Amino acid sequence: MSVLLFAEHSQGTVKKPVLQAATLANDLAAKMGTDVVAVAIGPGAENAASTLGEYGVSKVYTVSGIDAFNDQGYSAAVAQAAKTAGAKVVVLAQTYNGKAIAPRLSIKLDAALLSGVISLPDPANGFQVQKLANTGKGVETIESTRDSVVITVRSNAYKERRDPKPVENISLNFDRVPFRTQVLGEEHASSGISITEAEIVVSGGRGLKGPENWTVLLELADALKAGTACSKPVADMDWRPHHEHVGQTGIQIGPNLYIAMGISGAIQHLAGVNSSKNIVVINKDPEAPFFKIADYGIVGDLFEVVPKMTQRVKELKG
Amino acid sequence: MKSLVCISHVPDTTTKIKYDAAGKGLDKTGVTFVINPYDEFGLVRAIEIKEKTGSGDVTVLCVGGPEVEPTLRKALAIGADNAARVDMDPTDSRSVAEQIAAYAKGKGFDLIFAGKESIDSNGSAVPGMVAELLDLPFISLATSLEFEGDKAKVSREIDGGYEKLESSLPLVLSCQKGMAEWRIPNMRGIMMARTKPLEVVAGHPMDAYVLTKKLELPSAKAGCIYVEPENAAQLVDMLHDKGLI
Ligand SMILES: Cc1cc2nc3c(=O)[nH]c(=O)nc-3n(C[C@H](O)[C@H](O)[C@H](O)COP(=O)(O)OP(=O)(O)OC[C@H]3O[C@@H](n4cnc5c(N)ncnc54)[C@H](O)[C@@H]3O)c2cc1C
Ligand SMILES: Nc1ncnc2c1ncn2[C@@H]1O[C@H](COP(=O)(O)O)[C@@H](O)[C@H]1O
Repeated sequence: MSVLLFAEHSQGTVKKPVLQAATLANDLAAKMGTDVVAVAIGPGAENAASTLGEYGVSKVYTVSGIDAFNDQGYSAAVAQAAKTAGAKVVVLAQTYNGKAIAPRLSIKLDAALLSGVISLPDPANGFQVQKLANTGKGVETIESTRDSVVITVRSNAYKERRDPKPVENISLNFDRVPFRTQVLGEEHASSGISITEAEIVVSGGRGLKGPENWTVLLELADALKAGTACSKPVADMDWRPHHEHVGQTGIQIGPNLYIAMGISGAIQHLAGVNSSKNIVVINKDPEAPFFKIADYGIVGDLFEVVPKMTQRVKELKG
Repeated sequence: MKSLVCISHVPDTTTKIKYDAAGKGLDKTGVTFVINPYDEFGLVRAIEIKEKTGSGDVTVLCVGGPEVEPTLRKALAIGADNAARVDMDPTDSRSVAEQIAAYAKGKGFDLIFAGKESIDSNGSAVPGMVAELLDLPFISLATSLEFEGDKAKVSREIDGGYEKLESSLPLVLSCQKGMAEWRIPNMRGIMMARTKPLEVVAGHPMDAYVLTKKLELPSAKAGCIYVEPENAAQLVDMLHDKGLI
């Protein structure tokens, strides 16, 4: 009856959203009076296992023979681990790959899919839990009608917490089937900080006037070790790469701190960032709609304001 | 290619969301409904493929009540050939996926397009479920689709970049920006859409796996603390004191 965690990792490195999912799984298991076991797939699974032991996982099923991500292979392996562990609850981080396999997995396990949760589910009450709805404009409380559930955890909604446990590795014999999709190659668009994981995101809009002016933003981001984002027109005009575009049709993020400069705060933009815990807005127009959801605001010219902020950050971080 | 495009009927992106007094659903007064923006990327790509090869057809499908028909007509105006509506209240992702799978089964679609998520329920659930129910390969977050021989070549967004994949057909894709450019229907398209077939199919009602208990607006912010531009450094101190940086 353990809770099973999908221990997504890249060559053994476990990213923050997965640690957050591990912490939620750990808290959920405590409520259910059970433990957390995990499944780690591909090269580096043993290293991933030792990291997860630091976050409350007591047993890791390692799966070899699948080298690259494949939704068919991964969902089959996780389903097999769930059956082996007798787990009725499977927890995944809502990452690109987590999102890709969770629906398949929910069908294999005939489980209810609770996707993008932002709070701790209540196992005594149909795993009742909250998620965002209408792209962050609302909050929805959902409940499962099934005993089995697959839960994906939204990034940065649940804080990771260390809870070291001795961890045991067990290799899982996985009956590999031929895959119908094959990865041909990868192209990394940025070596920077992923904005879905970043604690701080600095974002710019059309108010920056052109791609050549981005230094002012990048310097602040650099000083803060923040991820960088942009509004849709900025990505559409190729001032910044598409993977920085946040909003209703871009990426949805929920960092601890979102700093927006030269962005008006159109409703479609806000839909991607309104779950940020703290919002700072810098805009020369006092009527800019963004101020309505801001925690801190400066009405002024970003080209004057931002360098002062960068300077101060550098002093503080010394 | 024979394509099926799954269309979700959602409130327009500019909608200021209000829920009904019971907190059970959206207050639909004054709300305009549109094709889910991500679904439109797949729709246009499906139409482009048909135009380029000069063969095949594009069917759009929505699970919903009669109110979704104008949205399906809009998809026809953009260039789809046929539309189908599975007459059922779309309760949860699982029941929607079951309807789509039941509709698609045995119809010989080479490609099933969907959006990366619907902007109302944000489940990112339906396309993967459809793939599993039909035992088909699935590529999520797809940003391009080309063909080489009998294989599809797809790029997919991954953490911090893109991945190139190859897949056999039939294939289920969840699409996003990059797949195609949105098209505005022209007058001719709108006129033609009126006479294109829109078939209504009975649904297979089933119990929901997930229930919505309550919908509410997020708790309001305390309000904005303004700092004068010349005191920008002070704002940094305030953020620092709060442990935010
Ligand atoms: C279907 C649909 C989906 C959409 N999806 C998205 C989405 O996902 N994400 C998104 O961002 N948008 C989206 N949009 C577009 C959205 O409606 C807005 O057009 C867009 O967000 C505006 O971008 P912006 O704020 O950068 O530009 P603008 O609205 O032009 O705002 C620029 C701001 O910069 C300020 N400014 C100018 N100069 C300075 C200066 N020197 N110092 C300080 N401030 C300055 C101005 O006062 C202004 O407020 C979508 C639109 C549609 C129709
Ligand atoms: N009621 C529906 N009818 C047809 N397709 C749908 C419906 N709901 C969702 N979809 C498709 O599934 C995708 C993902 O939706 P969701 O899983 O709700 O985020 C959408 O972009 C649509 O392509």
